[in-house]
Amino acid sequence: MNDSNMTTNILSVTNLCKNYGDMVAVDHVTFDIKRNEIVGLLGPNGAGKTTTINMILGVLESDSGTIDIEEWNLKTHRPEALDRANFAAVYAPLPGNLTVTQNLRVFGLIYGVKNLSERIESLLNQFELETHRNTKCGVLSSGEQTRVSLAKAIINRPHLLLLDEPTVSLDPSMAHDIRTRIRQFTTDGEGGVLWTSHNMVEVEEMCDRVLFLSHGKILLEGNPKTLPAEHGKKTLEELFIAVAREPLSLEPHS
Amino acid sequence: MGMVRTSAIVLRYYYLMRGSFSRVVPLFAWVAIDIVLWGFISRYLNTVTSSGLNFVPTLLGAVLLWDFFIRVMQGVTMTFFEDVWSRNFLNFFATPLSIGEYLSGLVVSSTLTSMVGLIVMLVLSSTLFGLSFAVYGLMLVPFLLVLFLFGIALGIMACSMVLRFGPATEWFIWPIPALITPFVGVFYPISTLPHWMQHISKLLPASYVFEGIRMILSGKTFSGVTLLWGGGLALLYIVLAFWIFSRTYRHAVRTGLIARYSAETLS
Repeated sequence: MNDSNMTTNILSVTNLCKNYGDMVAVDHVTFDIKRNEIVGLLGPNGAGKTTTINMILGVLESDSGTIDIEEWNLKTHRPEALDRANFAAVYAPLPGNLTVTQNLRVFGLIYGVKNLSERIESLLNQFELETHRNTKCGVLSSGEQTRVSLAKAIINRPHLLLLDEPTVSLDPSMAHDIRTRIRQFTTDGEGGVLWTSHNMVEVEEMCDRVLFLSHGKILLEGNPKTLPAEHGKKTLEELFIAVAREPLSLEPHS
Repeated sequence: MGMVRTSAIVLRYYYLMRGSFSRVVPLFAWVAIDIVLWGFISRYLNTVTSSGLNFVPTLLGAVLLWDFFIRVMQGVTMTFFEDVWSRNFLNFFATPLSIGEYLSGLVVSSTLTSMVGLIVMLVLSSTLFGLSFAVYGLMLVPFLLVLFLFGIALGIMACSMVLRFGPATEWFIWPIPALITPFVGVFYPISTLPHWMQHISKLLPASYVFEGIRMILSGKTFSGVTLLWGGGLALLYIVLAFWIFSRTYRHAVRTGLIARYSAETLS
């Protein structure tokens, strides 16, 4: 990758806020993702990770702040912005009453994928789904369903890929396989990834940078390999526990 | 791009229909039963009344048109319910798909499925009961068009209701045609109704269709202007339905209901 590519933001989130009544879900969150970068969005349950992802996906409106996917503002250029993004999340399985190929074809059409049949074949091959091509997604194992969701998530060769706990239901071997493919996605193409996970070993292995969210705010940001030591912790997991239990003891994000 | 995305919604519904006995049979089974039932009732009434009125075009024809309207409305809602049942809103609405493209997909799917019901009804009513559509003349086309537009409008409004109040609201949607049947005068002239009901009838495009049928069959002149009112109202309701759906969608995005639709409410 060249330097100019590396410095171009795929995603720019500025001062994002979301309240549910009196509850502050996301509080002035600002961050960006560069090309070929994997950013981990970490935090305890209820910290605001999924709310942030939903706002980036355009299925939840922010109270204030801006979201830009490449040069497209999500509010004013929704189709253009979302055309460059895609996502996979355990809480959003593809319709179980359609087969693997049918689901990929429907979403491929929505994203306007060129040479769709060839693209579907390539994804079936890449995610080892050939034998399940005519199987309804609802009867696949959770690991197979995750692979279909990931195939759908990259069908449009997105520049921004949002992954909400993509390996949560997978066995270690399959999880490793999926991590390899996602790493390949960022190195081979020009995409960036926003990744949420509660598996700190995985986060350390995969992410170039992590953001720790607590009570809707970014509390810490940095390299997952060096960040624990910077805050007097031995491991990322220890740091995570500190963020979850004693957020006030940690330096606020500047 | 809009047409391609719309075709994705239609293709999704085609995939679901293909090979699904429980989805295909209702396209024609209930309308076929209705035509047979009302065909025999019309035939019987022809034998026991001395009015000289032919009940086949009056009653059976009206039932055919009314069933067509119901199929159109349910065609829209059924396509929408597929997304409710498979919890697919998050997947669809996190894409570049616009509300216009999505609703167009529902309308095209409904048009195709309601045509199946219409063809079955036309074949059965003409072959079994001798219903001749020549009696309606060219007015049959605008009659069908007004009912089609009204069915689309009501279908989209029903979808808005389910989107706003959650999946359980589905059970309020099925009886909607039955609720408006008394007001539109499918089986009797609007003048039969009390005044307050007649006022409501005037707001329903279907009323103009059924009044028109009766006037044509009784040999009176039916003014095209009257039907234009019905058509105008139907178009107005389509615009209104689109606006309501867009507003409901915006509300669901603002509150987060789209992302957590299975919860039904956010409280």
